[in-house]
Amino acid sequence: MNTPLGVFIREVKRRSSLTALAILVISAPLPLSAQQDSCVDCHLQMDDALKAPAEGFNADVHKQFGLGCKDCHGGNPNQEDVELAKDRTFVGSPDRAKIPEFCGSCHSDSAYMRKFNPNLRMDQLALYWTSRHGQLLKKGDLSGAVCTDCHGVHGIQSANFPKSQVFPWNIPQTCGRCHSSADTMKAYGIPVQQVDDYKQSVHARALFEKKDLSAPVCNDCHGNHGAAPPEVTSIAFVCRQCHPSAGDLFSKSPHKEAFDALGISECEACHGNHKILQPSDELLAGGKDDICLQCHDSGTEPHRTGLEIKQRIDNYVASSAEAKELLARAERKGVDVGEAQFKLQDSMSALVLARNLTHGLSPSEIEASLGEGAKVLAEVKVSGEASLREAKFRRTGLIIATVFIILLAAALYLKIRDLKRPATHPR
Amino acid sequence: MDRRAFINLFLGGSLLGTVVSFLYPVIRYLIPPRQAEAAAKRILAAKVGELAPNSAKLFRFGSTAAVLVNTADGQLRAFSAVCTHLTCTVRYEGDTGTLFCPCHNGRFDLAGNVLSGPPPRPLEAYEVEVSGGDIYVSRKA
Amino acid sequence: MARLWEKTQAYLEPRFMLSAVRDFAKKKKVPEHKRSFWYFFGGICLFLFIIQVLTGILLLLYYTPSVDAAHESIQFIMSQVKFGWLIRSVHSWTANILVGVIFIHMFSTFFLKAYRPPRELTWITGFLLLVLFLAFGFSGYLLPWNELSFFATRVGTDIAGVIPIIGKALKTFILGGPDVSGATLTRFFWLHVAVLPAFALLIMAIHVILVQTLGMSRPVGIGETKEISFFPEFILKDSLGWLIILAVVGAVCVFLPWEAGPKADPFSSTPLGIKPEWYFTFMFTTLKLVPAHVFTIEGEVLAVLGFMLGGLLLMLVPFLDRRAAREKRSPVFTVIGLAILAYIVVMTGLTYLAPNIGK
Repeated sequence: MNTPLGVFIREVKRRSSLTALAILVISAPLPLSAQQDSCVDCHLQMDDALKAPAEGFNADVHKQFGLGCKDCHGGNPNQEDVELAKDRTFVGSPDRAKIPEFCGSCHSDSAYMRKFNPNLRMDQLALYWTSRHGQLLKKGDLSGAVCTDCHGVHGIQSANFPKSQVFPWNIPQTCGRCHSSADTMKAYGIPVQQVDDYKQSVHARALFEKKDLSAPVCNDCHGNHGAAPPEVTSIAFVCRQCHPSAGDLFSKSPHKEAFDALGISECEACHGNHKILQPSDELLAGGKDDICLQCHDSGTEPHRTGLEIKQRIDNYVASSAEAKELLARAERKGVDVGEAQFKLQDSMSALVLARNLTHGLSPSEIEASLGEGAKVLAEVKVSGEASLREAKFRRTGLIIATVFIILLAAALYLKIRDLKRPATHPR
Repeated sequence: MDRRAFINLFLGGSLLGTVVSFLYPVIRYLIPPRQAEAAAKRILAAKVGELAPNSAKLFRFGSTAAVLVNTADGQLRAFSAVCTHLTCTVRYEGDTGTLFCPCHNGRFDLAGNVLSGPPPRPLEAYEVEVSGGDIYVSRKA
Repeated sequence: MARLWEKTQAYLEPRFMLSAVRDFAKKKKVPEHKRSFWYFFGGICLFLFIIQVLTGILLLLYYTPSVDAAHESIQFIMSQVKFGWLIRSVHSWTANILVGVIFIHMFSTFFLKAYRPPRELTWITGFLLLVLFLAFGFSGYLLPWNELSFFATRVGTDIAGVIPIIGKALKTFILGGPDVSGATLTRFFWLHVAVLPAFALLIMAIHVILVQTLGMSRPVGIGETKEISFFPEFILKDSLGWLIILAVVGAVCVFLPWEAGPKADPFSSTPLGIKPEWYFTFMFTTLKLVPAHVFTIEGEVLAVLGFMLGGLLLMLVPFLDRRAAREKRSPVFTVIGLAILAYIVVMTGLTYLAPNIGK
């Protein structure tokens, strides 16, 4: 139009297209020089399931090493057009059954992995095929766990990063996704209470409450990639990794031969496998939860030996409780018992050792160990009694001083009254 | 004795009693106690010659347990004996020359470093000083 | 015995002019009326102060003012030194009782208008003594270097830092640095055993001399009353009070010895519900309740300035209360005094009964 407005608009358009061209020419190198990742760009604009990979990948450990979508999925991230991007190298999402090989194509290639982290193990895939999960997959059962089930897929963290799905305190939850689901496990006849049992255990308490990362989780006993239940014969070795002294004692005891002959798993028989609770003295012969009765009838010689052992331990526990009470009484009366309380702590280690010695089934050894502690307890009791005497001494001293003060007060009072009498008091 | 004299005697006597019951604690207080001073910085851990080479002694340091080791080649080292895993008391093992925690098999070398097992941190090392025939242990500056 | 006594007196007489003192003492009279019970509280303050000095000197023998050894030396005194537990507990308990009695003494002289002329300076020196003893309490509280005292000191000095203009410099001076540290400990020790005692003795001497020379003030409206001799009657009655307090302190220390507490760890976080000693809690709770901003001024600054102004006015009350100066009843000031007392009591009570109010 040739109206002033039309002219104006035409001029603006001409100028803006010129400026737009100028801007384009000047800035053309800019987007090209930046890492063009059309995969991420496009996928970020999609919804939900298609957006998630692009979003999650930002935090992925592979990205930190400079890898991108194309390194696993192929394709050309420099191409804006989706058809061109999905070129010949594009593999898309691998089939579930092919995932282990897919990940293994890099992770088992030591020449390749060495470039990134020479320290990483390369045997995961090999181990995987030995695991129950791997065997299921080989048979064509797609319910077996694959790499992505445990490690995640587009937000994979290094296993020693706390947010990783396979960081120790996340592992029970990760395994539990399948192993606590009755539907999933029904086909295999595997029970589903392991995670719940584990959560009640002393190991779980150490891990979740005390943040002790050395506490065992699922993979410590079952293996990571070669995950399978430990055999009866191997449970004992598994526990011995952290509890070797109990293991040694057990191996030297009469139980070892008997258990082996009967094919009973060593530690598990008395302590359980997932729900391993803090053992109490009540597990011993004669206790409320007497486990010896599982095999030995009461009245038999082995059971009587067990009773002897429990007796000694009970005596010691009673003795330390007495000592503790003594110190508490002294403390309530205001006397400082720090030194004695410290010694009492020491005497408790004798008890810890003695309780461990029960695995050896030898009353005489337990007696010897407790003997050391008993000496300390005797010292504590002497100290406690001295503290109680001190408390008594203080009270006596107070009474004496108070008596004198009262007498003095009375004397003063009399004196004051006396002074008030007229001066000329007849003698 | 008349009234006034009795009152004065009573007053004097009870005053004396009161004063004595106050002076007695003060005088006992002033007399130096058996342990000469507060067990703050330096503890007398052992006497020279008390420990054979390749042996150790547990002692109290402040309010915690500590261990004095006489190494196989005659050096004196001292550490906190509280295992950094779950606070059990460590002991010296002569045949391996290491500090061992019997609870979960934690093992420390004679620099306090963790060699194996679950302990997350090294043992705190203390300063050892031999003065006259006495071995003193104190916190590192 | 009597001979020996007479001989001693005869020796000292010309050398100390004892007769002058004795005549003065003999002539001195103390009024006795329905309010004269309150006269004893000043003497009780003096008595408790003497106890503090004596137990303090004894504690000095075994205490070490260094971060590495302070707490340990207190534990040592409590457990190894014979009767150390008693000396230390007496010192700690008496400190608290003394501050309480000082407040009673101050309020009783206030309500009885004992500050009116010619006793203005007695009041002013008394007020200064209150401030000094609060400083004694604050500095002494840190010396055991336990968790509570460390954090209470930090909270208290933070408040000092709020004062406009001089606040930061003052806080740095008090702390010996930017934060509570070993330097603070030595500084507080310096204050507690040297500087404050020196000033306290000086001002107390003035205060006591004034009381002696001016005699006890009679409340307005009470005219001629019965009078008792200062020596020996009043002194003996005084001593009776002192004895009772001594017995009470002794009993309390045997049944409730003062704890050493856990050693201070500057890197640990402030314990929940930390608060200063009870005699500072009314200020502490006021600061918690004051709104963050009043017009454009920070609430805390306003509150601290308010306290300082309040203290100043309280100190100058002899010059403000014109009616009392004319020997007239002064109900306005009585009401003001009651208001201040109620405020302190309520704020202190709130600190313990409703510890979670405020920020």
